[in-house]
Amino acid sequence: MAFVDRYPAAARTARICLWIAFAAFGVGALFGLIQALHRTNTLRIIPSADYYTILTGHGVLLGLVFTTFGIAGLFHWANTRSLGVAPTNERLTQGWLWTMTIGTVLAAATILAGLFDWIPASADVLYTFYAPLEAHPLFYIGAALLIVGSWGAGLDWFLQYREWRESNPDARIPLQSFMVLTTMLMWYLCSLGVAIEVVVFLIPWSLGLISQVDPLLTRTLFWYFGHPVVYFWLLPAYLVWYTVLPKLSGGRLFSDPLARVTFVLFLLLSTPVGFHHQYTDPGIASGYKLVAMTNTFFLLLPSLLTLFTVVASMEHGARQQGAGGRLAWLTNLPWERPEFSGVALAGIMFAAGGFSGMINAGMNINYLIHNTIWVPGHFHLTVGTAYALTLMAISYWLIPQLTGKRLQFRGLAAIQPFVWFVGMVLMSNAMHRGGLAGIPRRTAEPQYEQVSFDAVVGTVGEMRIQIAIGGTLLFLGAVMFLAVMFGTWALGKPDSQLRVNGSIPEPLSGAEESPRVLDNLVLWTAIAVALVLLAYGVPLYDMVADGIHFPGSAPFPE
Amino acid sequence: MHVHRFERLWFGASLVLIVAFIGTIVYGAVGPGVAMVDDSGGTVEPSVIADGNYDQVDNFREPGVYDTDDGVEVYVVARQYLFQPGTSEAIEVPAGEPVTFHVTSPDVTHGFNLAGTNVNSMVIPGQIAEFTVTFDEPGEHGIVCHEYCGDGHHTMEGQVVVVEESQFDGGDS
Repeated sequence: MAFVDRYPAAARTARICLWIAFAAFGVGALFGLIQALHRTNTLRIIPSADYYTILTGHGVLLGLVFTTFGIAGLFHWANTRSLGVAPTNERLTQGWLWTMTIGTVLAAATILAGLFDWIPASADVLYTFYAPLEAHPLFYIGAALLIVGSWGAGLDWFLQYREWRESNPDARIPLQSFMVLTTMLMWYLCSLGVAIEVVVFLIPWSLGLISQVDPLLTRTLFWYFGHPVVYFWLLPAYLVWYTVLPKLSGGRLFSDPLARVTFVLFLLLSTPVGFHHQYTDPGIASGYKLVAMTNTFFLLLPSLLTLFTVVASMEHGARQQGAGGRLAWLTNLPWERPEFSGVALAGIMFAAGGFSGMINAGMNINYLIHNTIWVPGHFHLTVGTAYALTLMAISYWLIPQLTGKRLQFRGLAAIQPFVWFVGMVLMSNAMHRGGLAGIPRRTAEPQYEQVSFDAVVGTVGEMRIQIAIGGTLLFLGAVMFLAVMFGTWALGKPDSQLRVNGSIPEPLSGAEESPRVLDNLVLWTAIAVALVLLAYGVPLYDMVADGIHFPGSAPFPE
Repeated sequence: MHVHRFERLWFGASLVLIVAFIGTIVYGAVGPGVAMVDDSGGTVEPSVIADGNYDQVDNFREPGVYDTDDGVEVYVVARQYLFQPGTSEAIEVPAGEPVTFHVTSPDVTHGFNLAGTNVNSMVIPGQIAEFTVTFDEPGEHGIVCHEYCGDGHHTMEGQVVVVEESQFDGGDS
């Protein structure tokens, strides 16, 4: 029985979330193409001043909207499926769905208004919205609503868990639900920073109620949220890699206990790392930066464990199907099936992104690449591939279960992950190398009069060509994906023969082999809060004590 | 708790890798002495800088290059969309001598990056970024503002010219 037949209401909610995510993805991908062609001087259809509006739209639509709605859809399915309990409160579900949607519309409309001179609103403050660059108040209000809505979604899943717990007082939390709940606890903890930044400072300031805000304080609150949000994007991909990828490879997950350890480590370590985005910031003592760096490097541990599990699960799956050889098993994997190939390629690309992330995390090595095009090269591998390609690939498997319709254009779907992969290899390697040459990120112009960029390997011109071709292929990959989704929605008919098997096999080592303390969410949350206080308590106190609106002012507005 | 032997090995190797990474960076700080941009530059009220009342600030001087007993001091104001000095006149500094930069902004957040080097700092209103560099050889380095600062951001650039110590004229007095 397909998911949609068992839980029709939950399937509908998940579908709505995913359709909104895909719509945002389409617009954001188009903006990405415009940027890739503009800043490589390939094709210029907008004035350079409008580049930043397009860039803001790309960052917000992909980094906040596509991700948050995609995660909501995926988690709504995963939590319901693994607990076997339907969402308990339909009005709550409607409430968070509407809150997130209204927030998205407000923020997106304010950004797009920046393209039209006759609309007195704009928000070209980029994804990071560093004060004192100012956006229209509706942008900040929209962003706040999107985040508050996501809190409601988390509440929905915790209520489902409570209902399940009442009838299963002694059982271990089912693995997928465990992953959903720990991810949301991490999200509550980290999004508090951006919520305070936006609600307490940016909204009153943009409305003119207070005259200024402290740039360093608001920036620090942003990065308090700005790095853990990356794990909010990645953990849903990890959920897929741990629970669905082994099955798609033909086997089963190795170890349920180690998967739990991984997620607990993310809950503990994700938030107290934000200062590593501020290594080159004045006004922050180097000791705080060192603490954040240490945490950041230990955060490598759960990712390295995941790398092991991803590769080992694929190998195990292939060997279950009779494959042999040291590496020959790789050819026995079902590469022709997009749900497998996409997820596998996303996992492989993430390893490359992880390595460049280690460079970002190194306090003194970071000097060479901070705010260069290296950085977008890095996160196009993490969020732009690990998350995005995983979500696309798993949609080929999930959407039939959520709609009851067979996937259409399967041939197109089968080549789509490879198009994305090749596009990303070209674009991200050129971006990484461009960063080593000192080419800055976030700029509309590739050339400067007083500055020359010397490539370490290859030439700057060749990098530009790769970025233009890579960006074009990525846009093509996005269009192919959307065509398959739109075709399935419009042409597919309800069908009892879905050709998708939604069941997930039990892991080799089950939860019963792990200590019960792993399921103690209260304990882990308490430790996570303590670590955050340790990393952020004193520096934030310093910044507030020297004047909450600007350094040297009284802590209260005059 | 049952953990597969290969998983245990991987776990251990990962921990070694992590500790080694942290070790190299700590070595970089205490051995070669790679210093971080930190809070040593102090804070300043941005409107004072905007109005050019540098005499009211005890930790920031009028923008320019000063040759002092402790080395060369360079005071730079980064604003939409220029470095002062840097953009209309290059910052001239001697090779082989420590040069301390003090950079601040009166308006929005900017960046100060010598392209292709590890001279790289954010410029945040209200804070003075202070960092010391020794240029080994004469040459020219382009300064890029690498933080988006408004729709003219891509026009914000400048230059540092490193000259032989004998040719350095000592800058402003």
